[in-house]
Amino acid sequence: MDLTYTPGQQAFRADVRAWMAANVPAHKLKSYDTREGFEEHRAWERTLNEGRYAMITWPEILGGRGANLIEWLIFEEEYYRAGAPGRVNQNGIFLLGPTLMEYGTPEQKARFLPRMAAGEDIWAQGWSEPGAGSDMAAIRTKAVRDGDHYVINGQKTWSTRAAFADWCFGLFRTDPNSERHHGMSFILLPLDTPGITRRPIPQLDGEPGFAELFFDDVRVPVENRLGGEGEGWNIAMATAGFERGLMLRSPARFQETAKRLVTLYRRHQAKVSPAVGEAVLKAWMDAEAYCLNTYMTASRLMAGGKIGQEASLNKIFWSELDRSMHETALSILGARAELLANGVDDPDEATRWLKGFLFSLAGPIYAGTNEIQRNVIAERLLKLPR
Amino acid sequence: MNFAFTADQLLFRDTVRDFLAAECTPADVRTLAAGEGRSAARWGKLAELGLTGLTVPEAQGGLGLTLVDLVLIAEEAGRAALPEPLIDQIGIVVPLLARFTHRPEVAAVLEGIAAGTVTVAVGHPADPYVADAADADWLLLGRDDALHLVPRGKVTLTQEVSVDPLRHIAAVAWAPDNTTLLGEGLDDLLDHGALCASAQALGLAQAMVELAADYARTRSQFGKPIGSFQAVKHHLASVQVAIEFAKAPVYKAAFSLAQGLPRAARDIAHGRIAAIDAAAAAARTAIQVFGAMGYTYEVDLHFFMKRAWALAGVWGDRHFHVSRLQHLVLSDDAPTGADATFGPK
Repeated sequence: MDLTYTPGQQAFRADVRAWMAANVPAHKLKSYDTREGFEEHRAWERTLNEGRYAMITWPEILGGRGANLIEWLIFEEEYYRAGAPGRVNQNGIFLLGPTLMEYGTPEQKARFLPRMAAGEDIWAQGWSEPGAGSDMAAIRTKAVRDGDHYVINGQKTWSTRAAFADWCFGLFRTDPNSERHHGMSFILLPLDTPGITRRPIPQLDGEPGFAELFFDDVRVPVENRLGGEGEGWNIAMATAGFERGLMLRSPARFQETAKRLVTLYRRHQAKVSPAVGEAVLKAWMDAEAYCLNTYMTASRLMAGGKIGQEASLNKIFWSELDRSMHETALSILGARAELLANGVDDPDEATRWLKGFLFSLAGPIYAGTNEIQRNVIAERLLKLPR
Repeated sequence: MNFAFTADQLLFRDTVRDFLAAECTPADVRTLAAGEGRSAARWGKLAELGLTGLTVPEAQGGLGLTLVDLVLIAEEAGRAALPEPLIDQIGIVVPLLARFTHRPEVAAVLEGIAAGTVTVAVGHPADPYVADAADADWLLLGRDDALHLVPRGKVTLTQEVSVDPLRHIAAVAWAPDNTTLLGEGLDDLLDHGALCASAQALGLAQAMVELAADYARTRSQFGKPIGSFQAVKHHLASVQVAIEFAKAPVYKAAFSLAQGLPRAARDIAHGRIAAIDAAAAAARTAIQVFGAMGYTYEVDLHFFMKRAWALAGVWGDRHFHVSRLQHLVLSDDAPTGADATFGPK
């Protein structure tokens, strides 16, 4: 155990900090859940890629830096410290990207990964259906083989970023007689394919963060299938592992929120009750604990370990931490917590806290509800009966 | 940056876990609780394993290992609810005495500790009682910011009864003099005590979850094991989350204290609060899962709950460490943010 950064790691941090200082847009981008903001964020992804900072853990040949997980953590810390824009292509770079690396053919990797890193293809995800939420094995949307194509019919919902995204990955039933987690395949498809209808769904803040997708005789080439026919479930589980696991919610994000919360508390300390101080402290402690735990996991993975059921522990911890940090901030803001639009010079950023709170409410629901995660922990870690 | 224990550290941890699983079963603890309370035979075996000398400098016959090695062993002692005062001795007494090895009598005490023939009890002025004082040869005590090493013969003990039948505690009356004075280190005494209590709490919490999970697998109601009910599953899963996210802060605290870093006080307080909370949640949940059986003296759960409750109050309780951490984190000039996590302060 050595909890000090090496000179090389310190130099890397300094490089990232300098690059961010020179490149992070001075003005705040519009929300990526608007058409205009979506394209602004795509441009930012292009800038990141030009600096080879779009996906630093990827191999150099794919535009990455071959960075290890500790460097990734340092990068994320500097990214959030700089207040850089949210990653509009997170479905691609954090979820599909690692899945492609593990299950994609060389042709698929070459075809999809560089465009993903450059923001040329922004990805949506297509898991849930009206009758298949937590019970993902209940998926019914069919992809029927017709020569060298699949013909897709059915419906997806809660498809994150699908309102404006270019491509979608998802799970489709390729064996019409199959049931549950058998007979499904993992398929990638352009969202401008004829036969696809998108219906954006406004989320709590009014913006279309996700959409319903209707498939009506949508033809997709067979080479767009990731992995073998009928092997989709296991691949989707790996993707879900990436989602719950290390990368999607880096600790730096929560530490930055905790730092903002501590700052907010200091500003209002004189007028809030001492109980608020303890809630702020709890938020700081939990953000730190999440960070430390991630450094431990990163160290273990770098020594050859694999991520296992701790993905479920992580997902519960960060999602409930995020919600409670925002609740604490709103309690400090008091009557100003309801402001959906504040003046530009509000040092408290009341609206940012409110929007962050609304977003945090989704955390315990997506990527497998926290109830499902608690079942996973109880059954697989504590060996309780199903 | 490498936040991992070495293969050797983990192997040693596993050896101790296996040893205690065989030699300190809940049934053994129950037997001791009805009798002497301490096993001289087990103490001899702990010494043979090198555990009594784990942190004793090699020059005094020990293994010369650090608090980073110790923290995993303390977790195992907690997991087994080990009755003997091993952790107080190698996690608190030894690291502090090791600063005074230039004094021949201290070096001799350390040699005796490593050999398993000398025991030293330890107390902080903030705590009213000292554990295992009656059987000790020496007591390491604090007074006016200074540490004193006091022979057992120079103190007067008033025995008290702990909720934990295996904790032997006593109020200690004594008078410092020039022969007992060692030197500074009272803050470090508290931090070492807090670290040891935290690590044991982690092990106790895990043991309670496992006992409750075992019970939930076998206890049947409505025709099925109660562990198949989501209400029971979710309670235990929530405690497991709390335990997992208390570990890294405790391990980091061990590293910071071992290295003497200025941020050690902050790390110790964080680990202490997280570990107290995890153990309290484990106890509260485990007794609920056990139902009425958990409220009896007949199942073994209570030994673990009582140790956790007793350790929650010593070496600075939750309120003490919360106030301490609030000062260190929320004050206007305190460092916050990701780049402060592994920073010096």
